[in-house]
Amino acid sequence: MKRVYVNEAWCLGCHLCEYNCAFANSGLSDMVLALKGKPIYPRIHVEENEQISYAVSCRHCKDPVCVKSCIAGALSKQDGVIRIDKNKCVACYTCVLVCPYGALAPSEAGVMQKCELCLQNACGEPACVKGCPNRAIVYEERGEAE
Amino acid sequence: MGVEFIYPEFEVVRNDARCIACRVCERQCSNEVHAFSAERGAMVSDETKCVNCQRCVSLCPTRALKIVKSDCTLRENANWSNQTIREVYKQASSGGVLLSSMGNPKNFPVYWDKILINASQVTNPSIDPLREPMETHVSLGKKPDRISRGADGKIVCELPPQIDLAMPVMFSAMSYGSISYNAHASLARAATELGILYNTGEGGLHEDFYRYGPNTIVQVASGRFGVHEDYLEAGSAIEIKMGQGAKPGIGGHLPGAKIVGDVSRTRMIPEGSDAISPAPHHDIYSIEDLRQLVYSLKEATEYRKPIIVKVAAVHNIAAIASGIARSGADIIAIDGFRGGTGAAPTLIRDNVGIPIELALASVDQRLRDEGIRNNVSLVVGGSIRSAADVIKAVALGADACYIATAALLALGCHLCRTCQTGKCNWGIATQRPDLVKRLNPDVGSERLVNLMTAWRREIMELMGGMGINSIEALRGNRLMLRGVGLNETELRILGVAHAGE
Ligand code: SF4
Ligand code: SF4
Ligand code: SF4
Ligand code: SF4
Repeated sequence: MKRVYVNEAWCLGCHLCEYNCAFANSGLSDMVLALKGKPIYPRIHVEENEQISYAVSCRHCKDPVCVKSCIAGALSKQDGVIRIDKNKCVACYTCVLVCPYGALAPSEAGVMQKCELCLQNACGEPACVKGCPNRAIVYEERGEAE
Repeated sequence: MGVEFIYPEFEVVRNDARCIACRVCERQCSNEVHAFSAERGAMVSDETKCVNCQRCVSLCPTRALKIVKSDCTLRENANWSNQTIREVYKQASSGGVLLSSMGNPKNFPVYWDKILINASQVTNPSIDPLREPMETHVSLGKKPDRISRGADGKIVCELPPQIDLAMPVMFSAMSYGSISYNAHASLARAATELGILYNTGEGGLHEDFYRYGPNTIVQVASGRFGVHEDYLEAGSAIEIKMGQGAKPGIGGHLPGAKIVGDVSRTRMIPEGSDAISPAPHHDIYSIEDLRQLVYSLKEATEYRKPIIVKVAAVHNIAAIASGIARSGADIIAIDGFRGGTGAAPTLIRDNVGIPIELALASVDQRLRDEGIRNNVSLVVGGSIRSAADVIKAVALGADACYIATAALLALGCHLCRTCQTGKCNWGIATQRPDLVKRLNPDVGSERLVNLMTAWRREIMELMGGMGINSIEALRGNRLMLRGVGLNETELRILGVAHAGE
């Protein structure tokens, strides 16, 4: 399965991935309309200090602790992709606590959201990768177990 | 302020209806032009610092930005241009020599643009490069004058050392220090993939790049930075840099601030010390002295590598080249007055040297007249901008071309011409780690390979149109060229007829 991998050596900390993510998942076709004048809720987050920066999103783990820990059965694995059913999430934050990558975070509506590789939105492939100016994140098959 | 104030050259125009305040422009501008104003809840900009490198424009996700030339103007004056007046103001404030970078931007004639290429019609067939073989391969080095036979009657096949190129283009000298590690990595990787050569420039060769040796030219310049036995052995050829088109007659000065870490180690000089390349080589004051250096380098590498001598195109270039051709050098590289640089006094960049087209034509002719053209190959640089320029250069007599500015453009350079500040937003002319990493060599080398692949295709198209199937058959074939709008003297020097003749 194709996953998003990080090449932190090339990350500029520009945060474009966050904006591209928020836009791709907005359901709107106009970035200005989608993002202007509001806080954004991306599903990828740039971690940075003076020396290094890198963008983290869900690793789509082989053995996902979030799925095991979800008390409402909102998280599931479908064709290797870890997905969340927002209608089932009760916003207990258990997944936020257990995910070692910080890949889950509250959405604007309060329930949790996470990266689903843009497979469910109009982009069809990870918008963060597509818009990264320096190939600091790539979407590729590395033959890892699902 | 007051008398010192010079109105900024560019204006940063932000379309507030589009700006989503993502602050990407702020993070990407090393000149700190953009900032987010919490009070105003909007982005603001300080255009006094903008150098028009277009980094912010290229990365703004909503295309909210453009950089425009300011229309705040002094009264029109054909003699005292705005630029000239500004320069006087700057010098009146600073008392210093004005510095610039990249090539001469002044409105001098570009002879390439006044030369047209021939094509076959009716009487000689053109060739379709997609269907028929087409040779773009060249080898550079001394060629024998005649066929000779050994004692056994067999033809002697041994040639003096040669450089083999898959197409008649190489990446010219840009030192590690003046450009970044990632820029060098991109050039080295692309040259290897393309079967051509890149040139280390005068700053030595980073230890990581020794593995690209077969596709490397190592340079020995007046400062002798980073020169040692392994270095000389590392490349396929050695270039002695006598001069550079952007600044003929003067040396170089890489400020101590850029001599950090690996740059200092590679150059073999202490961190923080200025790297000063003297104007002349202090051991070369004549062709005989040059010959000594040529042969010292040949001795040091056991006559296995061709020696290139690079000179700037200056008034007496034909006589100088004739001397070099007799010095034992295998290849002469001539750099025209439009050649780029990482830093040069503006006055010198803009007023010294001659156009490469004229220099090439006169050198090729002189060497032929003297019967020594086979002694050397000719490589020309100094603003080769396209495959058409390459074809014209070859037809004027060049064996190959050197490109640098075009290569940097492929890497992202937007020709803002402020390399001397060391804050290149595209990760090219800088040593600041956060900026250097903006150039991912995976992307850079791919773009260089694309550019050269495109040029090679175009070269084949143009050759095919002329009914020529080998670049060798085009070399010095000035009948394939015609001048437009050139006077008698220019045509005579170029050795081409006027269009219509
Ligand atoms: S878009 Fe790419 S370079 Fe920019 S922060 Fe995200 S991962 Fe890093
Ligand atoms: S210097 Fe470059 S990045 Fe900065 S504002 Fe000007 S064009 Fe944009
Ligand atoms: S990059 Fe564009 S959208 Fe983002 S803050 Fe700058 S001008 Fe606004
Ligand atoms: S290398 Fe960088 S600083 Fe120099 S002209 Fe190009 S973009 Fe500007």
